[in-house]
Amino acid sequence: MDYEAELLPGTLDLLILKAVSIGPLHGYGVLLRIAQISGRALLIQQGALYPALFRLVRQGLLKTSWDKSENNRRAKFYELTSKGRKRLREETEGWNRLVAAIASALAAQPQEI
Amino acid sequence: MIPAYFRSLAARFFRRSQTEHDLEEELRSHIQLRADDLERFGLGRAEAERRARIEFGGPEQFKEECRDELAGDFIDVLLQDLRFGLRMLRKSPGFAAVVILTVALGIGATTAIFSVLDAALLRPLPYSQPEQLVSIQADLPGLGARDVGISQPEWKDLQESGIFEYVSPTWFDENNLTGSSQPARVRLLIVAPNYFALLGVEPKFGRAFDPNDHSPGFIPEVVISDGLWKRAFGSDPNIQSKSVRMDTDLYRIVGVMPAGFDAPGRTAEERNIEIWAATSFYGAPLSDHPPRNRRNLPTAIARLKPGLTIAAAQSQVDALVASLQKQFAADYSVQNAWTVRLVPLKERVVGNVRQSLVLLLGAVGLVLLIGCVNVANLLLARASARGREMAIRRALGAPQARLTRQLLTESLLLSLFGGIAGLAILFSLKGFLLQLVPENLPRLNEISISWSVLLFALIVSVVSGVLFGLAPALQAGRLDLNHALKQEGRVSTGSGERARTRRALVITEFALSLVLMIAAGLLLRSFWDLLNVQLGFSPQSVISVRTRLPAPNDPGIDKYATASQEAPFVRELIRRCATLSGVEEVAIGDTASIPLDESLRDLKLISEGQFLFKVEGSDVQSDHSTVVERSSVSPDYFHLLGIPLLRGRLFNELDNDNTPQVAVINQAMAQSYWPNEDPLGKRFKAAKAGAPWITVVGVIANARTQSLAQADLPQIYLDLYQTGAKRLAILLRGHLHAAAIADEVREQVRALDPTLPVSGAETLNETVSASLAQRRFSMEMITLFALTALLLAGLGIYGVISYLVSERTQEIGIRLALGASRSNILRIVLRQGLGLAIVGAAVGLVCALIVSHLMASLLYGVRPTDPLTFAAVAFLFIGVAVVACYLPARRAMKVDPLVALRYE
Repeated sequence: MDYEAELLPGTLDLLILKAVSIGPLHGYGVLLRIAQISGRALLIQQGALYPALFRLVRQGLLKTSWDKSENNRRAKFYELTSKGRKRLREETEGWNRLVAAIASALAAQPQEI
Repeated sequence: MIPAYFRSLAARFFRRSQTEHDLEEELRSHIQLRADDLERFGLGRAEAERRARIEFGGPEQFKEECRDELAGDFIDVLLQDLRFGLRMLRKSPGFAAVVILTVALGIGATTAIFSVLDAALLRPLPYSQPEQLVSIQADLPGLGARDVGISQPEWKDLQESGIFEYVSPTWFDENNLTGSSQPARVRLLIVAPNYFALLGVEPKFGRAFDPNDHSPGFIPEVVISDGLWKRAFGSDPNIQSKSVRMDTDLYRIVGVMPAGFDAPGRTAEERNIEIWAATSFYGAPLSDHPPRNRRNLPTAIARLKPGLTIAAAQSQVDALVASLQKQFAADYSVQNAWTVRLVPLKERVVGNVRQSLVLLLGAVGLVLLIGCVNVANLLLARASARGREMAIRRALGAPQARLTRQLLTESLLLSLFGGIAGLAILFSLKGFLLQLVPENLPRLNEISISWSVLLFALIVSVVSGVLFGLAPALQAGRLDLNHALKQEGRVSTGSGERARTRRALVITEFALSLVLMIAAGLLLRSFWDLLNVQLGFSPQSVISVRTRLPAPNDPGIDKYATASQEAPFVRELIRRCATLSGVEEVAIGDTASIPLDESLRDLKLISEGQFLFKVEGSDVQSDHSTVVERSSVSPDYFHLLGIPLLRGRLFNELDNDNTPQVAVINQAMAQSYWPNEDPLGKRFKAAKAGAPWITVVGVIANARTQSLAQADLPQIYLDLYQTGAKRLAILLRGHLHAAAIADEVREQVRALDPTLPVSGAETLNETVSASLAQRRFSMEMITLFALTALLLAGLGIYGVISYLVSERTQEIGIRLALGASRSNILRIVLRQGLGLAIVGAAVGLVCALIVSHLMASLLYGVRPTDPLTFAAVAFLFIGVAVVACYLPARRAMKVDPLVALRYE
C-alpha cells in the first residue's frame, strides 16, 4: 500500500473514463478496474469516486443503468457515451503530449542546453 | 450534453427523493460489493461490512458532494439567497417599506411616462404595414410657403407615377348632419375612394369605398365612425340601409369603422373623424377640369409600392417633380421652386410631441435615478450596521463573491418588489392619470400597459436594483475582517471608503436634481411669461359659440351661396343675440377669427385660415412670405375684442357685396408688406384666377390672436358681409354663463334656420388656456418631477448628515467636554453638509447648461442660460441643504457630553 501515489488533480476523471471504456462497470468495479490497470499504483479514496461519477454524468460523458452485478447484487452501472469516448481520446492525447514534454524537460542534461 | 444536463437538473429539482434513494442504494451496494470481496479474503460477514464502511469514508459528505455535482447549483444558491433576503427584509420592515416605496414611485412614474411614449412614438401606426405609409407635403420654398397642398392633376400624376400603391388627398371639413333628433356638427374627411384600401383597414361592418371608382363629383356613400354610429344612430345594426343628410345632400351609409380607429391626423380634430366621404376631386360641385396650379387639396397620404424605401421613393418623386415642371412650365414658376417631400406618416401624426415626451421621460428617469441614489445611501448605512454579520460569514468561510451576490440578490428583491408596487399603483391610478394627459396628444386611446411597457418596467426594476445595490455589495466584498470583528456588537464606524461613497452619492443626487429643477424653472418661466404677455385684445367676459351654414353640392339649393345671400342671416342673428339678457356686444366672424383657437388650427379648412395672395404692384416672387392668416369678421369684432384702430377706418354698414372689397390689416402686416409706405389704399388679391382686388382701409394694432408666443404675425381681416363664411363663430361679450348662453343662442339660430347646428360654447379665457394645454402639461409634469427630486435630494443629504452626526457623537462629546462651544459644533456639521451641497450644485449647474440648450425650442421668452433661473434654483438648493443639515446639526449641538462619553 505504501507505493500508492496520490492522484494528480483532474486525472481522476480521465482514469474513470478509461476504466469504463472497456465495458460498463458499477462504482466499485470502476475502483477495481483502475487498481488493476494501474498495477495498484494509484490511490483513490472510495467515496470520492462518486462525486466524480455524478459530474461525468452531468457532462453527458457517462450514462447509467441499474443492473445485477456478477455476484447478483443490484448496482448502478456506468457506461461511456459516444461523447465520453471522444473526450477520452482527446484527453489521452493531451495527457501523452504533456507527459512527453515533461519527461523530455526532466531528462535534459546541462550540456544539451 | 443538453439532455444530460436537463436530466441532471431534473434529478436535482423534480425527482429529489428518487435521486436521494438511488444515491443511498448506490453507496450501499458499493459497500456490500466491497464486503463480498473482503469476505472472500476470509473475514466474517459482519467484520467485512465494518471494514468496507471504514474504507469508504463518511457517506454523508460524499452524498453532499454528489448532490452538488448535479446541474443547477446556482439556482439552489439563488433560492437560498432569496429566502435569506426575504427573512432580512421581514426583520426590518420599516427599511424595506421606505426602499420599496421610493422605488415604486420612481418606477411607477417612469413606466407611466413610458407607456405614453410607447403608444405615441414607439408603436407602429395601427394600419397594415405602416412603414409603407407616407404623408406627401408640397412646399414652395421660393415663397416661403410650406405644406401648401396639391392640385387634382398633381394627385393624378402621383397616383400614376408607379411609385405609390395608392395616393389619397385628405380634406378635413365640418358638416351639418341633419335627419337625426337635432342638427349636429360632424367632423368630415373628404378622401379619395382608395383611402381605406390605402390604410389597409376594413369597416367593422358594411364595406369601404370601391378604390377604383373614378366617377365625377361626390360618391353618394359615406363611411361613419363607431362613435357617430353609437351617438347618432343608437348602435342600429341595420345601419347599412340608412342614409344621412349632410349639408342637405343625401348619402347612403355603407360602412361603420371599428371603435378605436383614428384617422392619421396632426390634431385631435383631424384624428377623430366621424364621417368619411369620397370623391375623385373633379366634376360638379367641384370643377370639371381642375387647374394644375390650384392646390386646393390640403394634405395627401400615400402607400409606397411594396419593397420601396422612402429614400428611393423620394428620389423618384424628385425626378417626377423635375419632369412635371418642364412639361407644365406655365404652371410652375421657377422662383417658387416647387418641391414634394415624402414624410413617414407617423412623423406627421406624432412629430410635434416627440420632443416633449422625450424630455418628460428624461426627467422622470432622473427622478428614478435620484431615488436609486437615495436607496443606495440607505443600503450603505445598513451595510455599516450589518458589517458584523458580513464579517462573521466571511470568517466562517463564505467567499467574497458569495456575499456580494447575497447583497445584490437582496437589492434586486427590493427593486422587483418596488417595480411590482409601482405597477400596482399605476394600474389603480390609471383612470386618474389618463385624465392628466392633454386631449390633443396623438394616439391617446392607444395608451395601455402593454407587454412592452411591462418589459420596460421589469428592465428598469432590474437596472435600478443593480444600480443601487452595486456600491454596497461591492463594499461588503472588500470587508476588513479584523477591523469589523473587533467592533464588539457596535455599529461599525464607516470605513473611509464607505463614507466617501456616500458623499459621492449625495453629490450626484444634488447634481441630478439641480438639473431637473433648472429645466423645470426654465419651463415655468416660459409659461409664466406666456401667461403674462400683452395679448393685445381682451378675452375677459367673451364667449364664443359656433354654428355652421350648409354647403350643398348643388349650389342652386344653397340658401347661403353668396355673401349677399348670407348677410341678412348674419345681421338678423347679431340683432337677436344682442337682445339676450346680459349681452353687451355681439360680433360674428368665421371660426378662424376666434383668438387663439387651436382646435381647427393646422387643418387648412376650405376657404379659411392661411391665404396665398399677390400684392398689387409687386411680384408674387418677392422676399416676403405671401401666406398670411386671414379671417372674415363683422364690423363690431374689433371693438368687442378691444383691438384699437391705428389708422384709416374699420368696416362699416356701407361695405357690402356690391361695393369694392375692403380689408383691415394689422400693423405687422403693414410693416412687412408696405414698409415706410402708407398702407391705406394699397391693394392685394387672392392668388387665384378671377379673384377681386381688395383695398386696405384700416390698420389695427398687433394682437396675439394667432399665437401667444409670437407678437407680430401678419394678419388680414376681411368683411364678413363681403366674403361670407360657412363656419361661423358668434362672439358675445357680457356677464354670461357659457352653458346657458349656448342654449339661448341655439334658440335664436333655430328660429332663423332650424337645420343649423350650434356647438362649442367656450369663454375666450378657456380658449386661451386650452392653447397652452400641451405646454402646461409638460411644465406641470417636469415641475412635479423636479420637486420630487428636490425632496429626495433633501432627504438624501439629511440622511447622510444624520448618519455622520450619530457616528461622531462621541467625538462631539469630547469636543464639548474640552470646551468647544455649541455654535462651533453647529458650524462643523453645517460645513460638512453644505460642502457636499455646493459641490453637487456646481456639477449640476454645468450639466444643466447642456440640458437647457437641448430644450431651447420648448422655451419662450427666456434664454437657456437665463441667469435668474440658474441663480434662483441654486439658492433654493443651498436653502434646502441648510434645512436638511440643520436638523441633525441641532441634534449634534444638544449632545450631552456625559452621555456621549459613556455611550461606548
